[in-house]
Amino acid sequence: MLAHAIFFYFFSILAIFSALMVITSRSTVNSVFFLILDFISVGCLFIMVGAEFLGMILLIVYVGAVAVLFLFVVMMLNVAQQKQSWFIGQKSTHIPSGLIVSVLIFLELLVVVGGWKYKENIMSSSNLVIDTSVTNTHSIGSVMYTDYILYFQLSGIILLLSMVGAIILTYRKRENVKTQSYIKQISRDKSSAVILKDVEFNKGVKIDD
Amino acid sequence: MIEIGLGHYLTLGAIIFFLGVIGIFLNRKNVIVILMSVELILLSVNINLISFSIFSGDLLGQIFTMLILTVAAAEAAIGLAIIVIFYRNKGSIRVEDIHEMKG
Repeated sequence: MLAHAIFFYFFSILAIFSALMVITSRSTVNSVFFLILDFISVGCLFIMVGAEFLGMILLIVYVGAVAVLFLFVVMMLNVAQQKQSWFIGQKSTHIPSGLIVSVLIFLELLVVVGGWKYKENIMSSSNLVIDTSVTNTHSIGSVMYTDYILYFQLSGIILLLSMVGAIILTYRKRENVKTQSYIKQISRDKSSAVILKDVEFNKGVKIDD
Repeated sequence: MIEIGLGHYLTLGAIIFFLGVIGIFLNRKNVIVILMSVELILLSVNINLISFSIFSGDLLGQIFTMLILTVAAAEAAIGLAIIVIFYRNKGSIRVEDIHEMKG
């Protein structure tokens, strides 16, 4: 139990610290690095608490794909020079209201946690009991591919849509670049491509006229 | 203090959610940090769902967490694509420079 507490505090303090560094760090590349650290520590928390499949998925999907995507975009857009901290320069009018709203949201979350402690029957309303005799991955798969197959396929469609959308958004036609035109290639026929000519002996043939 | 319960995980989720919301409101640098704050918020939601799922013995929270992961990945891809085309058109993605809609 003590080891559990020590690991929990270690990973959670690391997660909170790196979340703080994500929003306060001066350069965007550092923000992405701390975002990766945050994902890794929360993934370790997931593995520690017993949801090891989702912890691994968090490492693969977030650290391996999303954070690297952020890193690519940050390096591509040349925004690393735009170092500017929060309150320097522009007088912004929405900082006090933003602070008030954030603190109110935090207090509301604390109220929710406190109110949960007084409700008795919320833990007994389970309808999909975790089977401890098989692994976590096994139990997730046996539920997700049977009862929740519709949601699984819908999430696949969402991924497909986002892929198509990202490609369409960032695609542009460039000038002076030779590309294939499939329509032109396919719609060629014999009459426009092949000419039959009678060639006289010792004269040769000119094609271009 | 030693006994780690559901309240500890919920508090961690609340703190990360709070930091994400602060990051959205107080950001002065560029839009990418706002997207990262959105990722932080989704991560805190995942922490809440998984801790409830584990401590109440219900698998449904973990299934829903996978769907949230999917939507978060799709959102990051679309958001970064929008940022790339905005940068291509305007040459800057600082928050102060984005005022075409006069909001």
